[in-house]
Amino acid sequence: MPDGDHEAWSRQLFDLLVEAGVTLFTHVPDFGNARLVELADAHNETQAVLLSSEQEGVAMAAGADLVGKRAVLCLQSSGVGNCPNMLSLVKGGRFPMLMIVTMRGDHGEENPWQYAMGQAVEPVLQAMGIQTIRVEREDEFEQSARAAIAAAFSAGQGVALILSQKFLGAKSF
Amino acid sequence: MTMEQSTLDRRDVLAALFPDPDRYLLVAGLAGAARDTAAFTSEVDNLLALGGAMGGAVPMALGMALSAPGDEVAVITGDGELLMNIGALASVASMMPANLSIVCIDNGRHMETGGQPGHTARRTNLAVMADGAGLPSTMTIHSAGELADAAAFLVESPAPRFLCVRVKPGPPAAYKRDWDLAACRLRFRKAYLDRQGTD
Repeated sequence: MPDGDHEAWSRQLFDLLVEAGVTLFTHVPDFGNARLVELADAHNETQAVLLSSEQEGVAMAAGADLVGKRAVLCLQSSGVGNCPNMLSLVKGGRFPMLMIVTMRGDHGEENPWQYAMGQAVEPVLQAMGIQTIRVEREDEFEQSARAAIAAAFSAGQGVALILSQKFLGAKSF
Repeated sequence: MTMEQSTLDRRDVLAALFPDPDRYLLVAGLAGAARDTAAFTSEVDNLLALGGAMGGAVPMALGMALSAPGDEVAVITGDGELLMNIGALASVASMMPANLSIVCIDNGRHMETGGQPGHTARRTNLAVMADGAGLPSTMTIHSAGELADAAAFLVESPAPRFLCVRVKPGPPAAYKRDWDLAACRLRFRKAYLDRQGTD
């Protein structure tokens, strides 16, 4: 996928999330999630919430759940490192949790600062009881997105849909 | 810049600030705030009291307020818990929920871990931080004589609103709160949805 062309998958994912009843889209901005968040902001029935730290999105999703609503946290891979302690809400409280992680520090990454957390995303999430579903190819995207949504909202699990740089296209610096 | 010494006992605060707690959805941050709020409400099912996830109280309340715009949401938390994720105040201000009140029981110390002084025992002023974050209404009180004004502030001032209650050092309410988050989640959620007539 060419760098920056996130239109098709963002629309598809947004539609799937809306169909699943997600109304709150929390995020720290990333090139990878920008289009998805724009769609959430523009839609009448969804709200985009700008966070100062990704861990807020974990707690916000729990707050939404307590009143019967569904949220998604959209974050860059580096932001996963800001989440672990807050994810104890999932492991201990069994709150459903859906995270959309747009990767840095994997396939083709040119910024050396991104590698440490990029490579740690899956071990860190799994250590906190969050399942990971990784997307590398366009042809697996829809099925993986549906699987993540089902895990979170039909089965009440904590799950992260991980969009690799192979899928997104690596950003050049 | 130093803060006035407070004469307020934390155990006298919530009953004065919230004459009608049943009209709120309540979130309490961990440690003393959770015990004070659980004791005050006898841990009703419209309260979710945290016991960890430090820094999560305000964002949890924001998520709740945005998702239940027809309900009043109040979060009661301590100075350390609030400071751990102080940027959440900016997130609150960016959304301007008309149904959210934030109350900080500020004793200037980390009571549960041995009473070590916190940032607000030194130079840090939480109401100024809340104002700087962009909240439209902020207030600080130090004495029992100000409680009535603070209660009015929580109802009348433009939301989202932030009240800093400076309290003297001392134990929170003696109350054995529920530590089972999974059970508390189910209880809160069921009670809320039953009141809405949906499930």
